[in-house]
Order: sequence, then C-alpha cells, then structure tokens
Amino acid sequence: MIKVNIASKSFGTTAILRDIQFEVAAGETVAIVGRSGIGKSTLLKLIAGTDTHFTGTINCSKSKAIVFQEPTLLPWRTSLQNITLVHETLSVSEAREALARVGIAGKDDMFPGQLSLGQQRRLSLARAFAGRPEVLIMDEPFVSLDSETANEMVSLTEILIRDTRPATIFVTHSEDEAQRLGDRVLTLSGSPATLL
Amino acid sequence: MTIRILSLFALLALWVVAATLTADPQILPMPTALAGPFWSELTSGDLPYHLAMTALRVAWAFLLAMSIGLILGLLMGIFPGIDKWLDPWLVVFLNLPALVLIVLCYLWIGLNETAAIIAVTLNKIPNVTTIIREGGRALDPNLAAMGKVFAMRRRPYLRHVILPQIAPFIAAAARSGIAVIWKIVLVVEFLGRSDGIGFQIHLYFQLFDVAMVLVYSLSFIAVMLLVEWLFLQPWERRTRRWREA
Repeated sequence: MIKVNIASKSFGTTAILRDIQFEVAAGETVAIVGRSGIGKSTLLKLIAGTDTHFTGTINCSKSKAIVFQEPTLLPWRTSLQNITLVHETLSVSEAREALARVGIAGKDDMFPGQLSLGQQRRLSLARAFAGRPEVLIMDEPFVSLDSETANEMVSLTEILIRDTRPATIFVTHSEDEAQRLGDRVLTLSGSPATLL
Repeated sequence: MTIRILSLFALLALWVVAATLTADPQILPMPTALAGPFWSELTSGDLPYHLAMTALRVAWAFLLAMSIGLILGLLMGIFPGIDKWLDPWLVVFLNLPALVLIVLCYLWIGLNETAAIIAVTLNKIPNVTTIIREGGRALDPNLAAMGKVFAMRRRPYLRHVILPQIAPFIAAAARSGIAVIWKIVLVVEFLGRSDGIGFQIHLYFQLFDVAMVLVYSLSFIAVMLLVEWLFLQPWERRTRRWREA
C-alpha cells in the first residue's frame, strides 16, 4: 500500500532526509518517532504527496486520508458538510453515521468553531475514516490534548483503524501512542535523518 | 442603526449652521431649499435618467474591475513567480493618477462609452488586485494540503475552500471599490460624456448653480448608500455568519 524509497530530501542546500526505505502493508500501522525538527512531518508530506520535491520514489494508493496536528477543518461549513464536501459520494446518512462513530452525533449543523478542541479532533477523525481510505496519514493527531482526552482519542483511533484496516503511518512524540497504535515503530535519527 | 441616523442628522445640523453663517444661498443653500429643485428634476425625468446612466457605468466598471482584479490578485497571491513579474506593473498603475488614465483612454479610444468604462476599470483594477493578493497570500496551506490529499475536485475546492478564505478580502475590495469607482465615473462623465451625474454637475458648475450640483451629487450618494445597505452589507454578513455562530 505504501512503498517509500527516498534517496534524499533537501531544503535549499540543507539535506533533511537520506536513504529512507520502508513499506507499510494494508491493515498495518507504522509509527514514526524521532526528536523535534528531525524531518518526521516532512516525510509525511512526501508520502501524502503535498511535497513532491525529493529524489526517490514513493508508491502509494490514491485512496488517502490525512489527520493533521491541528484539526484543519473548514470553519465556514457545518460538521456534516466538512464530511460530505470532501467525500462527495457519501450520502448524508452515511456522513451522519461517521459523526456518530466518533461520538459527535447530533452536532451535524454546528460549525467547527462551536465545537471543543476534542470534538474538532473527533470530526477530523470522522472525515478521515468516512471515505474508508486505503492509506491513512496522521501527523501528531493527539498533540495538545489533555491526557484523558488523548487517551480516549487513541482508543477511538484504534477501533476505527481495526474496522477500516488502512495502511497507516503516523508521527508521534508519545512512546505510549506509538506502542498502542503501531504494529511497528520506526525511529528517525541523525542529520540528515535516516531510519535507525 | 440609531447612532448612524443620529450621526447623519448631526451632519445635516452642521450643514444648517454653515448655511446660516454663510447667509448666501448661491454659495451654500439650506437643505430645505433643495426640495424644490429635487422635485422638479425628479418629475421631469432628468434626475432618474442621469442617475441610471451613471449607475450603469458604475455597474459595468465594478463588475469588470472586480473580475479582473480577483483573477490577477489570486494569481499573484498564490504564485510568487507571477507576483514578481506583475508587481512592478501594479506599482506603476497604483501610482498613475486617475486623470491621466481617463485622458489617455479618451485620446486613444475616443470620446465614447467604451473609453469611459475602460478608464474607470483600469483605475480600479490595481486596487482590487492589491487587496485580493493579500487574500491569496493568506490562504491556509494546511487546507490546501487537505484538499489535495482528499483529492477534492477543482470546483468544490474553489467554492468551499478557496472562496470562503478570500471572501473578507472580496468584501473589502467591493466596498472600497464601489465608493472609488463612482467618484471616478463622475470625473469621466465630467470630462467626456453627455449624460450622467458627472455631466450634470459639469453643466450646473458652469451655471454656478450650487443647489443643482448638490441635488445631483446627493441623489447619487443616496443611491450608493442603498447599494451598500441592501446588497454589500447583507452579503458581507452572510459570509461572516459562521464567525458569529
């Protein structure tokens, strides 16, 4: 589902990533860890296809979904529209079901700004899983949540991944999150960063 | 709303005081002295005709300037390469006096309607472009990434992701645009048209008829206030609905 073979990635003359090869199979979850600023988010951007300036190849299914550090919702559209506008083939009842699965049933007509941060993250998860993606990319999806909410969100994500079975790659700073969600943990280290 | 009405009444009171102190209706007539000339122009059909001609020119120039400025501004805001190329042009046109463009358009195209509307449009495009460019620069890269990863189609992406982000900039450009455009239209009419509010002001300026100059200019200000209250402000409120929810 995801096959990464990056020879190098640089910003200007500064090399960020070098010689990174790994694969993520369907239904497998891989956690990427490493110190801040090492290039974890850059690696995710390359896999997501939002940054195409690198040397190497990445083969990845086109059926992708992403969960950002921030919820990254459309604040001018309702919760339901945040799902239906992104997944046009989804019916309204299916979108409502996606909201219910993440525990925000009945918030259909509320704008993201009317939801708590925890609820916004749930909406972001609902949007990601609603289209039943083959590849799921998550960039520190539980950062800046209190420990109780973060724990709930990790549990919820575990259930959603189990039900949907995408090839999942996610970045985290939390050892606990990496162990709970990841089938494998990959560590980025060095400068330019490579896999240990 | 009450404060706005009170504020307008305060302006009216200031006018009355100034007219009293001047004590010369030929220099500054009392507001009540305009009622007669206003009614006679209205019933003769002259005022509605000239108002309509000016409104038509304003509408054309507004639509053209907003459309072209929107496209140029977005291109310059999103693509730094295009911005580098077009920014010097923008600076030149921003600093080119309105009068120069008007005179050149009349000289090159002729004293006709096309030249009048092009002159006004060219005067306003740089301003709209500058405001929309800021909107283009402020677009959220994470939302762009979201749209790309979820493979949103171009049309819904433009409508639901891009347009709402630049809506406040469009509203700002529209509101400042309409105010500037009608003033430039008046200059264009003053210099080279045979109808419209600007032409009438020119006519009564030559006759030194301050009352008629005020009747025509205040009538058009009233029309523009109606446009602002009936169209621009409700549209702006609608685009901001999600912020106030």
